[in-house]
Amino acid sequence: MARRVSNRRKTLVTIVAWAVGIAIFFPILWTILTSFKTEAEAIASPPKFLFFDWTLENYAEVNSRSNYFLHFMNSVIISVGSTLLGLAIAIPAAWSMAFVPGKRTKDVLMWMLSTKMLPPVGVLIPIYLLFRDSGLLDTRLGLVIVLTLINLPIIVWMLFTYFKEIPGEILEAARMDGAGLWEEVVHVLTPMAVPGIASTLLLNIILAWNEAFWTLNLTAAKAAPLTAFIASYSSPEGLFYAKLSAASTLAIAPILVLGWFSQKQLVRGLTFGAVK
Amino acid sequence: MTVFVRALLGATALTLAVSPALAEKLTIATVNNGDMIRMQKLTDDFTAKNPDIELEWVTLEENVLRQRVTTDIATNGGQYDIMTIGTYEVPIWAKQGWLVDLNDLPASYDIDDLLPAIRGGLTVDGKLYAAPFYGESSMVMYRTDLMKKANLEMPDAPTWDFIKQAAAAMTDKNNEVYGICLRGKAGWGENMAFLTAMSNSYGARWFDMDWKPQFDSEAWKATLTDYLDLMNNYGPPGASNNGFNENLSLFQTGKCGMWIDATVAASFVTNPKDSTVADKVGFALAPDKGLGKRGNWLWAWSLGIPAGSQKVDAAKKFIAWATSKDYLKLVADKEGWANVPPGTRTSLYENPKYQEAAPFAKMTLESINAADPQHPTVDEVPYVGVQFVAIPEFQGIGTAVGQQFSAALAGTVTADQALKNAQMITERTMMKAGYIK
Repeated sequence: MARRVSNRRKTLVTIVAWAVGIAIFFPILWTILTSFKTEAEAIASPPKFLFFDWTLENYAEVNSRSNYFLHFMNSVIISVGSTLLGLAIAIPAAWSMAFVPGKRTKDVLMWMLSTKMLPPVGVLIPIYLLFRDSGLLDTRLGLVIVLTLINLPIIVWMLFTYFKEIPGEILEAARMDGAGLWEEVVHVLTPMAVPGIASTLLLNIILAWNEAFWTLNLTAAKAAPLTAFIASYSSPEGLFYAKLSAASTLAIAPILVLGWFSQKQLVRGLTFGAVK
Repeated sequence: MTVFVRALLGATALTLAVSPALAEKLTIATVNNGDMIRMQKLTDDFTAKNPDIELEWVTLEENVLRQRVTTDIATNGGQYDIMTIGTYEVPIWAKQGWLVDLNDLPASYDIDDLLPAIRGGLTVDGKLYAAPFYGESSMVMYRTDLMKKANLEMPDAPTWDFIKQAAAAMTDKNNEVYGICLRGKAGWGENMAFLTAMSNSYGARWFDMDWKPQFDSEAWKATLTDYLDLMNNYGPPGASNNGFNENLSLFQTGKCGMWIDATVAASFVTNPKDSTVADKVGFALAPDKGLGKRGNWLWAWSLGIPAGSQKVDAAKKFIAWATSKDYLKLVADKEGWANVPPGTRTSLYENPKYQEAAPFAKMTLESINAADPQHPTVDEVPYVGVQFVAIPEFQGIGTAVGQQFSAALAGTVTADQALKNAQMITERTMMKAGYIK
């Protein structure tokens, strides 16, 4: 029987939820507002919230100084490319770990996760040298490879968790009906795990889009994504907050829109199997 | 071979023969500051004169740029043909053989016109390894109206005692006016740039001639004690988080009586578009303690060519253009003399039009000339650099010591404890690096 929730409690929970939501969204809102201020208004004390002279001059300046479209396309190719490549490797890996576990499956999973614990700067020089020798520096392909590898443990873990929720009997039944391994994965497992795969895909695109260590260190002019675009507007000497905010708003806008439209899918995927 | 294939091959050969020679593309890594951005907008002048050279820019924030270019040059990555580097990197990289020397720039470049102090900071064993694009020192910027109200007159060359007296007289905490604003944010290029320069005027030094750290000296104790005294009594609240930009914003909004920082700030605080006190700012040399050294630093953003570049000749052409007298004139023609990159050439400071447009020109030149990277402090030192020590280990120990001094300003450790920790940290690193046994 469903528990009765009193109106007072409901109101309280709603207020808390809104407060948390606004607190999380406030830095983004402030960035967007600052992008429409002049540099002098951006540092005004006390800060100006809505009543200031709205201007588009920062967007005009950013547009004249940088090739936004090049950085945007690099971000799209790198994040989507690394996600698709990662899924192509991770789906079979997660399938085998979920449905045909071996003695060391848990150890392998933990080992994969442990690679995320190494500070990236620790392997910067070896990877830089490998990239230099294989001609991958400042290439989209190089970044697709490196982002696939760094996000692979998360993709495998997420898919493994989703696959574990799918009853093995269904796959057995498919095998009884004569399905081979390929048919089993493509026609039976994948459709059932679509919410999980979709949320993994979206989350990984967001992670790859926001990645700012490798994308800054392995690129120069050609393959630099939006993270490098943002980094070019910060300055230790001189006011830059308004222009930096305009650049940041332009950089996060596409992923914000993607997140907005796919939030149902994301929430469904992330809570998949949470309630039985 | 069919007629069609022959025709195709012929057409291809003809196309290749008549197409213009491919332009050489230079990739330039640079820092995001006003002068560099202005140069990017003015490069049509260079490409018009050199149609066989194309330019490709990578603009990054200072710390990201430093990490990026250091990785590339140390691994011979070859991503950049020209790098924007500071006076800290040049001596270290030149000694490693990582930079191409620029001694063969054409006579029209007039290398002797470069300001001696700046040129000295970019020269190793008699060879120039980077050409200065813009140079800076540090000086006192003060509110003339508040000085007048306090019945004081700022001398051209003040002492630290006068600065303390003026800070006390100008402070009006009820109206959020603080007598002095100084850097407090931890970092080798943040609070340690200021404190190292200040310590020089107190006769302190980072190392003695045997590379033994000197934070246990009386001179360092006096430096830190006076700094904390000034900031705790007359500085703004939360100063341990303040760097250049935070203090700039405080000064521009009328909350600082004095600010001792980079000379480049002079053009910002006197710009009526951004500054509410633009017409009430005076300038003076960085203070001294009567020991013959002033507390000002020396820095130049310069253009250098990595030794691995395949396009050295084209890169030299660009550097000669970007750091030439003609470039200064080009900026003046397009954007006015006040916007010319300062601190590199003697002829600029002799130009009456520049003197008229930039009221801070005289003080900037005197500040730059007052700094000597070869002899930064009162006693002899084994290193080069005014507000830094030009050794690879300095970035790490400079920031670690800066964290201690920032903590002392925040009140989480005492001055004595901060100095003791700084001595310990520096000794440990220098021992590990093999400077001391």
